[in-house]
Amino acid sequence: MEYEIVIGLEVHVELKTKSKIFCSCSTAFGSEPNSQVCPFCLGMPGALPVLNQKVVEFATRASLALGCTIHTSSIFHRKNYFYPDLPAAYQISQFDQPLATEGKIALTDGNIIGVTRVHMEAEAGKSTHQGDNILAAEFSLEDFNRSGIGLIEIVSEPDIRSPQEAKEYLERLKAILEYTEVSDCKMEEGSLRCDANISLRPMGSSKLGTKAELKNLNSFRAVERALEYEVERQTQLLDRGERVVQETRNWDEAKGITSSMRSKEEAHDYRYFPEPDLLPLELERSWIEEIRSTLPELPHARAARFQQEYGLPQYDAELLVGSKALANFYEETVSLFPEPKEVANWVMVEVLRLLRSSEQEIQQSKLTAKGLAGLLKLVQDGTISGSVGKTVLEKMFKTGQEPGEIVEKQGLSQISDQGKLEEIIAQVVAANPKSVTDFKAGKGKAMGFLVGQVMKQTRGMANPQLTNKLLGEFLKKQ
Amino acid sequence: MELYQKTAHELSGLLAKKEISARELTENVLAQIQKKDSELGAFITVTGERALETAQKVDELRAKGEKLGALAGIPLAVKDNICTEGIPTTCASKMLADFIPPYSATVMEKLSLLPLVGKANLDEFAMGSSTQSSAFHPTRNPHDPKRVPGGSSGGPAAAVASGEAIMALGTDTGGSIRQPAAFCGVVGLKPTYGRVSRFGAVAFASSLDQVGPIARDVEDAALLLEAIAGPDALDGTVSSKAVPDFRASLKSGVRGMKIGLPKEYLALELAPAVQEKLAQAREHLEAQGAQCVEVSLPRSQYAAAVYHLIASAEASSNLARFDGVRYGHRAENCPDTLTMYLQSRSEGFGPEVKLRIMLGTYALSADAYADFYQKAQKVRRLIADDFAHSFSQCDCLLLPTTSGLPPLLGQELEPRESYTADLCTVSANLAGLPALSLPSGMSEEGLPVGLQLVGNHFQEETLLKVAWTLEQCFGQVEVK
Repeated sequence: MEYEIVIGLEVHVELKTKSKIFCSCSTAFGSEPNSQVCPFCLGMPGALPVLNQKVVEFATRASLALGCTIHTSSIFHRKNYFYPDLPAAYQISQFDQPLATEGKIALTDGNIIGVTRVHMEAEAGKSTHQGDNILAAEFSLEDFNRSGIGLIEIVSEPDIRSPQEAKEYLERLKAILEYTEVSDCKMEEGSLRCDANISLRPMGSSKLGTKAELKNLNSFRAVERALEYEVERQTQLLDRGERVVQETRNWDEAKGITSSMRSKEEAHDYRYFPEPDLLPLELERSWIEEIRSTLPELPHARAARFQQEYGLPQYDAELLVGSKALANFYEETVSLFPEPKEVANWVMVEVLRLLRSSEQEIQQSKLTAKGLAGLLKLVQDGTISGSVGKTVLEKMFKTGQEPGEIVEKQGLSQISDQGKLEEIIAQVVAANPKSVTDFKAGKGKAMGFLVGQVMKQTRGMANPQLTNKLLGEFLKKQ
Repeated sequence: MELYQKTAHELSGLLAKKEISARELTENVLAQIQKKDSELGAFITVTGERALETAQKVDELRAKGEKLGALAGIPLAVKDNICTEGIPTTCASKMLADFIPPYSATVMEKLSLLPLVGKANLDEFAMGSSTQSSAFHPTRNPHDPKRVPGGSSGGPAAAVASGEAIMALGTDTGGSIRQPAAFCGVVGLKPTYGRVSRFGAVAFASSLDQVGPIARDVEDAALLLEAIAGPDALDGTVSSKAVPDFRASLKSGVRGMKIGLPKEYLALELAPAVQEKLAQAREHLEAQGAQCVEVSLPRSQYAAAVYHLIASAEASSNLARFDGVRYGHRAENCPDTLTMYLQSRSEGFGPEVKLRIMLGTYALSADAYADFYQKAQKVRRLIADDFAHSFSQCDCLLLPTTSGLPPLLGQELEPRESYTADLCTVSANLAGLPALSLPSGMSEEGLPVGLQLVGNHFQEETLLKVAWTLEQCFGQVEVK
């Protein structure tokens, strides 16, 4: 049977406020364990939460960027469960009256994914088990530096129809959050985490099937792979006439499979109730509007502008705005070298390739917009060829040197001197009489071979257009 | 008269005039602890050395001519569920028997110049009304050591009543300051919810708990409340309202005031002594120019049920942090985390605490939430509405603090009796209102009787003024 895939995502994002959501401890990443703690975030008796206004501001900004309705009145609940990294044995989180609801994210294929809600909550500490997991561990270590960092949870509607869409939704969401500067969104540091709910239903049915919740998804790629695996698994179950069990499943990255963690029956009863230590959160409309007015240009709008202002195709525009820093880099380069399509090609192909292979973000790399613009000028005025340009770019990327300096030091300037080229062509022709004969016999390939030989002699620095022209003339004279 | 028998405001005057030193006073109180506490058991930890250090410091500051607060140098007892940096804070529980907090409650920071003579006994985690559920030892009533001092702030009340402290801090979740104050013949004041910071007071039921004064007389209670009240950056539930000078209007009388007598409380089964003192109070207030009017709080009959559900629900969550992971009692030789939780909590908590945790956990469970916790919250609102309505008819309410006199140690109250006993005090907590218990003379058996005043939100001034007027009629109970 043919099935429709139904996916909903729950994304947790750490907010990069300086201090935690309910106390003044620092949120800096990577400090000595348990050095950024106080009685409250350690769950000591008598300590009380005091809401950090910056967290509300960041959460509001993110929610507005997602097109959500912000509620002027929302409340915090306690979510009760025992775990060693949860020092008070309850997490303060928003429950049935969240900060924001009803947002949306548009995908390339035109599908619009609803954002059900955005709510604030406190992060737990971090457990390190001395063993494979808490059950097998001889002992576990707890670091509470993370305990109490402000989080937002962004819950999507079950509008996502394929693992690829899920990945795209995440990329778009990440871009929006980066643009609003509320989070670093680093999956490897855990500042962005994703759980996925997936079910199948017969094509055309409007009733939801039984879902599985997938955990331990540590990259966007893992989300996509785990969902692909799960589509396959659920399809096979349903095809055999079996039922999907409602459960939480763990993604095993190494084995590439999901396996059951706990069933619905084993699910926690979190005993949510309104947090009595915090007053209801009341926001002024004017305060919300003030934040709205300071929102930056968001990826969607920027892509539209790139198409209009720079004449870029939709694909290019959307790829470039996917990262705020990359889009900024692009625009800065264009301002110095006003050939938007040419710059886009270089950024999308060469620069992205270098970034990916070095696992860097553009802002971490040594490459500057001024450097790239300078390089493109050298290509444009014929000082170097495009292929030498790529070599120079790699060098710039590695060393941060200026393109002109690299070209000069390594003697990479293109040979456009007619006399010098004619001299080399004469040598090449003399050394390859057979090719000359072939050429005369009308074999087109011989021309290409001879150009290649010229390039070889000049280590690729012969001006290709000029070489073609001169070689043609030389052969005709033979 | 010995120094330990005097009120704080008298002693404050003597200290200011340098007729006595803080050290001398503190030594006097410590000697009384030495003499009496083996019998009374008011304290869990006596901090004599530290008290003398503070007294010394106060004397030195005074000698230098520094301007000191009215209460500097007054020996203080503090209920042992209020955190004191570097001093064990046990909550009278095996769970926290060895817990030494690395921070002090905000109220303790504010009282840093009061020599702390000790951490006073309570029912385990403040759950109880007799101070018999302390994991360490019971406290006895100074007026009759065969009887309980009330609870849960039985230790602080007994200490103030016996001269083992001049004043004390208690906490009140459902009457835990007022009821022991009534049983021990001292003044106990539960402030408006949000008047005093709860930071560092170990939470029992967060929406009901308040820290408040226990004192010899009304003026002392006013002084101590003023010293601990006011906004706190560490507690977002404290009001930013300015704290008035409570003493300024204390003696201005009750002429023209309306005192509400809630008929539902007067219809309770009350001990004859309580009825007699109520009548006497009414007469005195009228003689002083106040008008007594009957008011009705119809939904108060549900107060005890609502209280037990909400307090237990919040407690089940608040006490979940005592899991043996980071501090407090941890069971030995546990093979895994779950066993560690179960064993540590089974060993660390006493029966009353376990009972309430189980009740509260059930009330919050998915199946019971709507019928129990949520319904209790709705009725809580109605109870508060009744009070709000009554305050459109009067300035404050007069009612008993307890229906009876202090029971004998070891005497179990029938569930129904204890239910009625709670009824007089819990509704002020549910509605967040300030309430004060005032010593109102002695019964024929020589036991103290307390009467209660309940005011509108942030109207402690009114309560104190009416209480002071009544104090002129009833006088103070002698320090035993």
